[in-house]
Amino acid sequence: MVVEKSKAMPMPIKKTNVQTMKKAQRKKKMAPYLFVLPNLLIFLIFIIIPALMGLVYSFTSYNGVSDMKFTGLENYIRLFNNAEFWKIMLNTLIYAALVVPLVFAISLGIAMLMIKEMKARGLFRAIIFWPTMISFIIVGLSWKWIFGDSFGVITYLLEAGGLPPIKWLSDPVIAKITIVIATVWARVGFFMVIFIAGLQSIPASYYEAAQIDGASRSQLFWKITLPLLKPTSLLVFMLLIVESVKAYPLIFSLTGGGPAKETTLIVQYIFEFGFTKSEVGYASAMSVVLFLLIGAFTLIQFKWAEGGKID
Amino acid sequence: MIFIAPVLWIFISSVKGPIDLYSWPPKFFPDSLSFENFTAAFSKGNFGLYFINSAIVAVSATILTLLINTMAGYALSKFRFKGDTLILFLFLSTLMIPIEVIMTPIFTVISKLGLYNNLLGLIIPPAATPMGVFLIRQYLLTVPDDLLEAARMDGASEWRIFWTIIVPIAKPVIAVLTIFSFMWRWDDFIWPLIVISDPSKYTIQLALANFIGEFRVDWGSLLAMSVVTMIPILIVFLIFQKQFVKGMATSGMKE
Repeated sequence: MVVEKSKAMPMPIKKTNVQTMKKAQRKKKMAPYLFVLPNLLIFLIFIIIPALMGLVYSFTSYNGVSDMKFTGLENYIRLFNNAEFWKIMLNTLIYAALVVPLVFAISLGIAMLMIKEMKARGLFRAIIFWPTMISFIIVGLSWKWIFGDSFGVITYLLEAGGLPPIKWLSDPVIAKITIVIATVWARVGFFMVIFIAGLQSIPASYYEAAQIDGASRSQLFWKITLPLLKPTSLLVFMLLIVESVKAYPLIFSLTGGGPAKETTLIVQYIFEFGFTKSEVGYASAMSVVLFLLIGAFTLIQFKWAEGGKID
Repeated sequence: MIFIAPVLWIFISSVKGPIDLYSWPPKFFPDSLSFENFTAAFSKGNFGLYFINSAIVAVSATILTLLINTMAGYALSKFRFKGDTLILFLFLSTLMIPIEVIMTPIFTVISKLGLYNNLLGLIIPPAATPMGVFLIRQYLLTVPDDLLEAARMDGASEWRIFWTIIVPIAKPVIAVLTIFSFMWRWDDFIWPLIVISDPSKYTIQLALANFIGEFRVDWGSLLAMSVVTMIPILIVFLIFQKQFVKGMATSGMKE
């Protein structure tokens, strides 16, 4: 192999040295591909390929066993005429529209309290983080135990106080509120930790300078904290939206999706059709609609956060 | 108080005998301690087996996640190569596709690969978490390149650089990912629900759900199981807590 570059070098370098350097260069070129390969492979096989398959399924009458038959837009037309689907889609949107801002605001609020110097700060943080370590199944369970219509603790306390019992889990409207409260309770700690990290990265000198200029507390928050938290906020928003789509286990163990599908969210519905009823094609069409919805939200957020890049 | 009360209630109720458990008005503290619920859960409920299944899955999936996510995060932060932006974009875009959205086609893939009803099906597919790659990448972007170049000059192989420089530097963010990954896998419900149908391969979350689904709920055993289920996460959290706090403060959240 002719080593051309060595000619240009001012001092004669031993050939073996040049060769090892070249070899190292080549290795350095290959290295990133090898490092990224295992992750990428799993990723392609279990996420990208299934996502594309789902898109194909949505145009067929596939039931998971027999051959696929191309049916065009039939699944989509059936979906758009299915009132139950829209009701459940609306449930999901209401749920997300309540959970996302509530968790966002509460966890940011708590994070701002928790970065102040105070006694037992670590203990408070740990206590608030604690519910996030518990699986959704158990969260649902403990809430059922406490809010249960017949033997719940809260029901008892209300009764003892001479108040009428509240149908936490069986009233269509109240059950919706209950699942939102349970979710907020279970997730606030996790996002508090992310916000604490974000808040700590804002230099204290910014606040000091603004205070010298006579800025009020609310001005500090709107003019410094919030804009500088944009990257963190974007991450939190993204995670929250994805999480509120995934909330199935919590609802499964708390209300089972009832009463009368009032607390059923879209993932449970997709599961029902895709697995219990073996209507894979139809379920895939739902997935596509859901994905487009998530995609639209993401795009809106990226637009909103254009000032704050993610990398 | 609002934050711990429900969990505390489960803990205390798990050591109540049937009389205290179902008494009305409800009692916060039991008259006498009873560990009946725990022995029943393990002897009748087959809970030991589910616990071991969950432990196998959570531990090995976490190790795999840490290894491949750190490798990918390193490649995407410290190298410029053809296709790097495309790969990063692919990873980031799937932050927005939870597997729940594509569960039916994933099921087909799992069955075709012989991973259905196989614990490996719970370990391998979720290991390539986009969130993990993202966190590690953001953290490693702050590592100075000179450090790596110096090691290369000394003739260290890329693999050696990874293990002796990158991994020790990334310790705090790896701790963050360890806790997240363990929590995700240990608490996972939908993924096992899709992959596993054989009761002998149930994870605890599936077993719990199955318990709830039954007509008459045995609250005593269920409460005991819930308590035992929380313990491993608490242990993992306590071990990695210090690094975790450091890692959360420095990873991914910077501008």
